[in-house]
Amino acid sequence: MSATPLLSVKDLGVVFSTPRGALQAVDGLTLDIRPGEILGLVGESGSGKSVTLRAILRLLRGAATVSGQIHFKGEDLLNAPERRMQQLRGGSIGMIFQEPMTALNPVLTIGLQIEETLAAHGLRQGRARRASAIELLRQVGIPSPQSRLGAYPHEFSGGMRQRAMIAIALAASPTLLLADEPTTALDVTIQDQILKLLKRLTSELGMAMILVTHDLGVVAETCDRVTVMYAGRVAETAPVETLFAAPRHAYTQALLRSAPHGGTPRTMLNPIQGQPPHLAAPARGCAFAPRCDFAVAQCSTARPPLEALAEDQSSACLARDRLPPWRAA
Amino acid sequence: MAGRLTAPLEPQMRVKNLSKSFAVSRSLIDWATGKPLPLLRALHDVSFEVAKGETLGIVGESGCGKSTLARCLVRLHEVDQGEIVFDGQNALTHSGEARRRYNRSVQMVFQDPNGSLNPRMTVGECIGEALSVHAVVPRDQIAARVRALLDLVKLPTDAANRRPHEFSGGQRQRIAIARALAVEPACLIADEPLSALDVSVQAQIVNLFLELQARLGLTLVFITHDLRLVRHVAHRIAVMYLGRIVEIGPAQELFAAPRHPYTQGLIASVPQLEPKRLGAREAVVGEVPSALAPPPGCAFHPRCPKAAEPCRVEAPALEGRGGAWPVACHFAGG
Repeated sequence: MSATPLLSVKDLGVVFSTPRGALQAVDGLTLDIRPGEILGLVGESGSGKSVTLRAILRLLRGAATVSGQIHFKGEDLLNAPERRMQQLRGGSIGMIFQEPMTALNPVLTIGLQIEETLAAHGLRQGRARRASAIELLRQVGIPSPQSRLGAYPHEFSGGMRQRAMIAIALAASPTLLLADEPTTALDVTIQDQILKLLKRLTSELGMAMILVTHDLGVVAETCDRVTVMYAGRVAETAPVETLFAAPRHAYTQALLRSAPHGGTPRTMLNPIQGQPPHLAAPARGCAFAPRCDFAVAQCSTARPPLEALAEDQSSACLARDRLPPWRAA
Repeated sequence: MAGRLTAPLEPQMRVKNLSKSFAVSRSLIDWATGKPLPLLRALHDVSFEVAKGETLGIVGESGCGKSTLARCLVRLHEVDQGEIVFDGQNALTHSGEARRRYNRSVQMVFQDPNGSLNPRMTVGECIGEALSVHAVVPRDQIAARVRALLDLVKLPTDAANRRPHEFSGGQRQRIAIARALAVEPACLIADEPLSALDVSVQAQIVNLFLELQARLGLTLVFITHDLRLVRHVAHRIAVMYLGRIVEIGPAQELFAAPRHPYTQGLIASVPQLEPKRLGAREAVVGEVPSALAPPPGCAFHPRCPKAAEPCRVEAPALEGRGGAWPVACHFAGG
């Protein structure tokens, strides 16, 4: 472990109370993000990755009960006053969402929405504010930004909307960007452009980013480190090179093996059997045990702890030393 | 299979010069001044063949016309021009009984099983309805056939009495596939059948398609934006751009050495399971232009790294020159 973490999440728990009982969406999640790094948070739908991002900014309201600790630059976010959270949201911590059309206000121009963010954080006035908005649009690669300030979200393509949303998120020069599936709604060609943009911006602005995605390819190409989630828990955390060379959790391994990658075409893939677990009844042992090829009796009785391994890697898997190489095809 | 240009044997389905436009609404002022309805050309002279038992993958960015094509193939849209020759007959001129027979032979699996299954019907009713509409089996054998179909897609037979919401996404897609197979089609048109599913479940459904195809000899038109998966399941691949096929060829060869600059850029855009090679890829730049005002000449030229004068003027024809698979580019092979 090198530098002190920018954001540190310890033992985060999120429970939603629903008419049908409690749902444990996040269950004892621990992760760190260092200044300037890109951390991938990867998992299937329902694994708790988006809820984690929302919990960090305290955007979960009503039925959610959040426990654990979240520290940003040493400041306790779960106990900070609401006024302070308002400063942080869109201030030091920016966020971009999956579907820009629903995240942007359809009746305000793009320019106004950027200026609104600048105003909310007391940044610049009048002409200078407008100039900043133009500069931000230029920064995210929107052509002829001056003339696009007066455009409404519906006049933009999906990729342009996502660029506009990134511009809004960057308005107050955040040190941490939370990106929730920012490219899932986009074509691969546009995804490639947006990922390159995010990568360039993080390095130019010295900003850290948590990139939530379900796509392991996106993680491999974009991130420095990756945390794999399953059923609200951390399965494993590792630098990308280490993870893709030799995953140390049976779930990561199974996920990588299930993807088609240069094997004989039209042969059977290696799917993960069964279905993702239901969150209403959290597993007593490892949540992946019922679908796992390497599970032993102990896996379903006690929860495997997240143990630190060599090389900045940690894993919550009892089978981690018994996993065969995943690329053996 | 290597180097195969067109489908072997007699093709089961031959699509010839298919075109489809949609009228787009105009503003009140345009209406009052008598401007004609703007036309969006969704499909432009699309031609291809699919052999019996073959999988043809159709790929392209959103708006390229791949879903419109799927809907035209099952006659959910009436086409403007062209032919769909199925088992030797032009299906577009069918009416009455012949049309019913065609509809039975060519079935569709939709992207989102939540939208395509009626939530008020039990799974058994859903599948049974298809059986009775087409009178596939006598009424008293419907229940038995439903059980056989559920077994075919590897669902427990007691699923028949439950409703779609009780199943996970992957199981629902199995139900939708069972319903499509109920009428014993020769050909399945699958429009993004995997994209609403969890990653860990996609491989299960891919295997199901492969198994069913081997067992039933199904012809499969597999429409997807997921190039990693289509490379695995398809024998041949058609790449579409703004309503036209720009390249069509054998899947493995096409992926190994794509000939159209668009195909090259599209394949390069796909993230691989290799760490940190984001900057190393020569992906497509820019965005798809509006189909309402497609660029003149080759529709891809504004984004094309090789574009030159002829590209701005003349739309290249889809041709296979010198024994290679067909591609619509002035510079292909050069």
